[in-house]
Amino acid sequence: MSKEKNINTNKEVVEKEYSTLNLGPTHPATHGIFQNVLKMDGEIIMDSESTVGYIHRAFEKLAERRPYYQITPITDRLNYCSSPINNMGWHMTVEKLLGIEIPKRVQYMRIIIMELARISDHVICNSVIGVDTGAMTGFLYIFQMRERIYDIYEELCGARLTTNIGRIGGLERDFSSKAWDLLEKFLIDFPPALKEFENLLMRNRIFMDRTIGCGGISAERALNYSFSGPNLRAAGVDYDVRVMNPYCSYEEFDFIIPVGTNGDTYDRFMVRQQEMWESVKIIHQAIAKIKKEPAGIFHADVPEFYLPPKEEVYNNMEALIYHFKIVMGETEIPKGEVYHAVEGGNGEVGYYLISDGGRTPYRLHMRRPCFIYYQAYAEMIRGGMLSDAILTMSSMNVIAGELDA
Amino acid sequence: MELNSMDKQALLTAVESKLKAQFGEGFISSKLNVDFPEFTVKRDLICEVVKFLYDDEELAFQYLTTMATIHYPDNQGHEFALMYQLHNLPNNLRIRIKIFFSNSDVNVPSITSVFSAANWMERQEFDFFGIIFRGHPNLKRILNMDEMNYHPMRKEYALEDGTREDKDDQMFGR
Repeated sequence: MSKEKNINTNKEVVEKEYSTLNLGPTHPATHGIFQNVLKMDGEIIMDSESTVGYIHRAFEKLAERRPYYQITPITDRLNYCSSPINNMGWHMTVEKLLGIEIPKRVQYMRIIIMELARISDHVICNSVIGVDTGAMTGFLYIFQMRERIYDIYEELCGARLTTNIGRIGGLERDFSSKAWDLLEKFLIDFPPALKEFENLLMRNRIFMDRTIGCGGISAERALNYSFSGPNLRAAGVDYDVRVMNPYCSYEEFDFIIPVGTNGDTYDRFMVRQQEMWESVKIIHQAIAKIKKEPAGIFHADVPEFYLPPKEEVYNNMEALIYHFKIVMGETEIPKGEVYHAVEGGNGEVGYYLISDGGRTPYRLHMRRPCFIYYQAYAEMIRGGMLSDAILTMSSMNVIAGELDA
Repeated sequence: MELNSMDKQALLTAVESKLKAQFGEGFISSKLNVDFPEFTVKRDLICEVVKFLYDDEELAFQYLTTMATIHYPDNQGHEFALMYQLHNLPNNLRIRIKIFFSNSDVNVPSITSVFSAANWMERQEFDFFGIIFRGHPNLKRILNMDEMNYHPMRKEYALEDGTREDKDDQMFGR
């Protein structure tokens, strides 16, 4: 060691200093408004603190002033990559409170919508993992397929992103023949596109080296952090709400729950990838089942909760009365306390609803999977490189809308 | 006897007898609320109760689904309720634990020592309802800005401006 070392200081030993790096709130690589204050040792992350709440919109408070059917648009804006799942979860929660039985055909139609939403959610997440590893091509190709799903939404409900799809008691309209055509074409075109996307990344040496072992979490820690959805399954726990607490007749469907082993970025990618194949399988089964059901039914027969068609409102006394009562919030809502959960794109999306018999919920609490698992982020990136932190975040599919509610 | 996820009544009885044996006076009441067995326990024992249910070999409630505070301003002496939803994943058993306390003393023992997931959930309840979690490692606001000086989810903060006179709702519901 030469004596010239440490020429700027008189001390024998140089004190170690860490640098602080602000990752976000607005940074192209965070895909949303999150801030992470990182304590860095060169390029190694020693510690980090997450700041969330940049797009907090007080959904739980808003819900206390809105009639039940007006809360659906709020749920759109939770995980906006798969808003139909949130919508359906909310409808089912209210139906559970009201004790409404939904016809089988409507349940299968809902399953088709929810599985399309799952595909569009996972498509975004997985293609963005590709982008963050430097592979832009897959993202651009597979986004055409997401567009096709949005075309189907548009045909079903008129909206593309924040769908507000379905109503309490069923769906607002039957699938049109154009919607069936679009769905059929999508089911033909999607598998080859997904296969192509897989070929680009799945066994790609560069991609594998980049993602295996990056941002891993053990099953024990994941459970302690209440992970759910693909992130938990990547760690090797086969918890899926669709199978454990089936809703919408999921128990009649034949599909597998893919699980990983290491809980790292590659496993999360693979679990989502496999889930898309399973979703395609489920949609095929649902279409076959719908064909066996009597046609034309798209809602339950609950006139006191389900808005009548407009032409009947103008020509029929009873329909007019129900229309008035529903819109003015004069319908009898039973008192009660229910919890209902669905398997969202990111895991268990739960609604804990307390009704005191009034026109609005007394209290609505939303279990938002992102909010719960994102707190493990600091632990997952500690000791890793900065570039791995970016990849970990995108592979966890942290959606700002769901995180901040 | 193996507990079955469909037999909620058996689950209710099993958990109730265990809680009674372990905590005696600390256990207050139980009921079956739609599809959830629900137990009310003493507020100061919540961490011990959750730990006990976590460690118990048969029950093993090792997954914290969610947590929510409910404000009942008219319920004198028990203005706040806090509910915890626990899940036993291997056997698919779900229960709900509730504690009630007054708004003059909003201190609740933190369960972060049992569940890491409780960290942000408790911060959220602190942020929106002002519940103080004793033993929480980092109890500060999470979704609202730090400068805020009230807890907005409490019922005294009506969502709409109470001074407005142009909107009269007395004809239709509340």
